[in-house]
Amino acid sequence: MWKNGFNVVRNLIEWRSWFGNDSQALLADQSAHGGLHRHQPKTFAHGLVLADCKAATASLPIRQFPFAPVMSIPLRQHIGKAALPVVQPGQEVNRGQLLAKPDGFLSVAMHAPVSGIVKKIDWMPTIQGNMEQGIYLQTYPAATQEVIEGVPCLPTAPVKQMLEAMQNAGIVGLGGAAFPSHVKLTIPEGKFVDTLLINGVECEPYLTTDHRVMLEQSADIILGIRYLLRITGAQQAIIAIEANKLDAVETLQNALPDDMSIRVQVVAVKYPQGAEKILIKTLFKREIPAGKHAIDVHVLGVNVATTAEIGRLLPHGRGIQERVITISGPAVKRPGNYRIAIGTPVRFALEQVGVADDLAEVFLGGPMMGQAVSHLDIPITKGVSGIIALTTADAHPDQKIYPCIHCGGCVSVCPMFLNPSQLGLLAKQQNYARMVTEFNLLECFECGACDYVCPSHIPLLQYIRVAKQSVKKQRRNASSREATE
Amino acid sequence: MKRLSKTLNIQSSPHLHSQARVDKMMLHVVLALLPTVGFAIYAFGWAALFVLVSAILSCLLTEHLLCQFSKQTTTVSDGSAVVTGLIYGLTLPPGLALWMVVLGGMIAIGLGKFIFGGLGCNPFNPALVGRAFLQATFPLAMTSWITAFHADRFTTLPASTLAFPFTTPNYDQLSGATPLAAYKFDHVATDTMDLAFGLTTGSVGESCAVLILLGGIYLIWRKMMNWRIPAGIFLAVLLLSGLFHWLDPVRYPSPIFMLFSGGLMLGAMFMATDMVSAPITAWGCFVYGLFIGILVVVIRLWAGMPEGVMYAILLGNAVAPYIDRLIQPRAYGKP
Repeated sequence: MWKNGFNVVRNLIEWRSWFGNDSQALLADQSAHGGLHRHQPKTFAHGLVLADCKAATASLPIRQFPFAPVMSIPLRQHIGKAALPVVQPGQEVNRGQLLAKPDGFLSVAMHAPVSGIVKKIDWMPTIQGNMEQGIYLQTYPAATQEVIEGVPCLPTAPVKQMLEAMQNAGIVGLGGAAFPSHVKLTIPEGKFVDTLLINGVECEPYLTTDHRVMLEQSADIILGIRYLLRITGAQQAIIAIEANKLDAVETLQNALPDDMSIRVQVVAVKYPQGAEKILIKTLFKREIPAGKHAIDVHVLGVNVATTAEIGRLLPHGRGIQERVITISGPAVKRPGNYRIAIGTPVRFALEQVGVADDLAEVFLGGPMMGQAVSHLDIPITKGVSGIIALTTADAHPDQKIYPCIHCGGCVSVCPMFLNPSQLGLLAKQQNYARMVTEFNLLECFECGACDYVCPSHIPLLQYIRVAKQSVKKQRRNASSREATE
Repeated sequence: MKRLSKTLNIQSSPHLHSQARVDKMMLHVVLALLPTVGFAIYAFGWAALFVLVSAILSCLLTEHLLCQFSKQTTTVSDGSAVVTGLIYGLTLPPGLALWMVVLGGMIAIGLGKFIFGGLGCNPFNPALVGRAFLQATFPLAMTSWITAFHADRFTTLPASTLAFPFTTPNYDQLSGATPLAAYKFDHVATDTMDLAFGLTTGSVGESCAVLILLGGIYLIWRKMMNWRIPAGIFLAVLLLSGLFHWLDPVRYPSPIFMLFSGGLMLGAMFMATDMVSAPITAWGCFVYGLFIGILVVVIRLWAGMPEGVMYAILLGNAVAPYIDRLIQPRAYGKP
C-alpha cells in the first residue's frame, strides 16, 4: 500500500504539464495500471509533440524517379569496411549487377543502380564532409533498365545462407544508421531473441517513406518478417506504428497471415518514439542497460522499410540498388515519395522536383536528426530516408543565443532522462570527464529534443556531439596506445 | 534545365526549433503580473505607481550602465531586468522614499545579478537581494505601511515618498500593522476574505492574493512556470501550520490565514519560481518548495519578525544548487 501511495505522488510530480502535451502519456499510464483506457496508444515519459508536416506527402504513392546522367556510388554507404570493387573503368554494367563485393564480415555488397558504363573509380564527396572512394557510373539513356536477378534465397533456406544472401544483397538498416543487417541479425552465442520488433513508427516530421511502404508493400513486409523470424528464432513479431498512420495499421492488419504470430501495435504520436531504446521501453517496459544492446533484453528491432526490402529482394536474389525517399519541405515545389536509384546526386533530385528560388537549407533525413547538405553533388546513399529543403523564411541561422536560465525545458523532454542543461554548461568548460561520469554523456543518442525546446537557443546538441566525439577519440587513442605498449 | 546552384546554410541538427524565447518568457511574466500591478495602484494610488516605476527604471538603468562600463553589449533587451524591477517594486512598502527604492534597485541588479555574470548566473533572486539590503539598512522605513484605499491616494503623494535623498522620511498616512504583525504582536486575526481580495495593508504587490494566484495559473498554463514549486510551498505551509493550529488554535493562526497573508502568495508564485535560482528537476523543484514552505512557517511562528517569505526564499536559493546535486533524473538504462 505504501508503494502504491508513493507511486501516486511520484506520477503527480513527474507529470510535466497539466494541459496539452502529456495528456496522452497520462492516459497510457492509466491503461498500464488500471486498464481503464485500453484503446489509448502506448507511449513514454518525456519527449515532444511536434507538428508532423506529413500531410504534403502522406497520400502520394511511391513513384519511380528518373535516372541521373551520372551516378556516383560510394563504396562505403554503411557502418563498417568499404566494399571491394569488382568492375573496371570502361566496363559496361547492367542494372542490378554486382559492382563491389563485401570486404570481410562487417561490410556489404553494392549493386549497379542503372545500366551504363563505369567511368572511373575515384574520390567523391559525402554527407559527412570527407571524401570516399566510389564508382562513377554513366547511365545509358536508351537502356531498358531491366534489373538483373541473381540466385534466389527463400525463407526456407538455412539461417547461415539467408544471412549470406543479405550481405550479398547489400542490405543495411534503412532507417538511417545503415548498419549491415546480417551483422545485426547474427545472434551472439548465449543470447536469444523472444520478440522481433518491426519499427514503422517514423516519428520524424516530413518523412512518409515508411508510411507509404507499409501501405503499398504489405506483402513484402510480411514475407520479410518470415525471413526475420526464422533467422532470429523469435516467437512473435510486433509491428509498431504511430497513431497518425492508422491507414497503415489497417492495411497491415488485413495482410497478417494465420500461420505466424504477428501483432500490429499502435503507439502515440510523440518524438522520438521511433528510437529503438525508447520504443522498447514503450512497448515492453524494458530498459536496455547502459552499454548493452536490444538483444540483451531479448528484442531485435528492424526498420519496416528494411523488412520490406528483405521480402522484396531476397526471393529474387537481387540487391539494393534503389530506395524510397520522401522529398519534401517548404522549398520543394513537387513534394512526394520516390523510388530513387542509389547514387543519384542531390542536385539532380532537387532539379527534378523543382525548388523555390529562396532555397536556403537542404538536409538528408528528418529535420530533427538529419544532416545538413554542404554540397549538392553529394549522392543519395542507402541510409538516406528523406531530402528536406527549407526556404530562407524557415531556416534561421543567426538566432540570438541567451545564457541558460535553468528553465528545465530540456530536462523535461530528454527521453533518456539526462540533464542537457548541465551537459551544455560543462561542455562549454570542456569538462568532458565529468560529463561522462556524472551526467551520462554517452547515453545521449542525439535526438535533439533539448535543442528544440531551449528558449535561449543554446546549441545543446552541437555541444554534446562535440563532447562525445572528443571523448570517443580520447578512448580510441588510449586503447591504441595500450595496444602498442 | 537551369543548373541548380545555391549557397546553402549549414547547421547541425535539429533543423527545427520551437518558438520559445527568453525575452518572450519575460514578457509573459510581466503580463501575468499586470492585474496585480493594476490592483496595487488602485489600492495605494500614485505612491504605488511611483515606487514601481522607479524600481523598474533603476534596475534597467543600472544594468545598462554596468554593461557599458564593462564594455559589453547591453543586455537590457532580454527583459529580465524589467521582471526583476517589477517584482522588486511589488515587495516594497508603498510609501517608501523613492531614493531608497532606487538605491535598492541598484543593489538588486549590481550585487544580486551583475557581479555573478548577469542573466542565468545569479545564485539568489536579485529582487530579493535588493529588498533584503533595504530591510537591513532601513528597518523602520521598510516596516512603515501607509493606509490602503486612503481617500487622497490619487490627489496627493505621501510625504515620505518624496523625501530628499539620504534624509529620514516623515510619514503622514501611517496605518496600523500588517495582518501578520497584528496577529504576531497583538493576536488580532484579519478576515480571510479581506486577505484574499487585498483589502488590507501591506507591500505594493502582496495585497490581493486572488489576482496573484490567477497570474501564476496563467504562467503555469503557458508552461513558463514550474507548478511544483508553489505546490510544494503551499503544501508545506498548510500541513505544518495546520498541525500547530490544531495543537494550539489560540497561539497559532489558521493555515488559511497563513496562506493568504503577507507575501506568501507573491513569493511562492513569482519569486521562488525564478528559474535561475531554483532547482532544475521536477523532484528538485518540489523538495525546494517544501523547504521554503517549512522555513516560512518556522520564521513566522517563532522568529522575531512577523514575515519570513523573503528570507525563506533566499535560504531556499542557497540550497538550490545542493538540491540539484542530490536530485538528478535517473538516466535510462542506469541503475
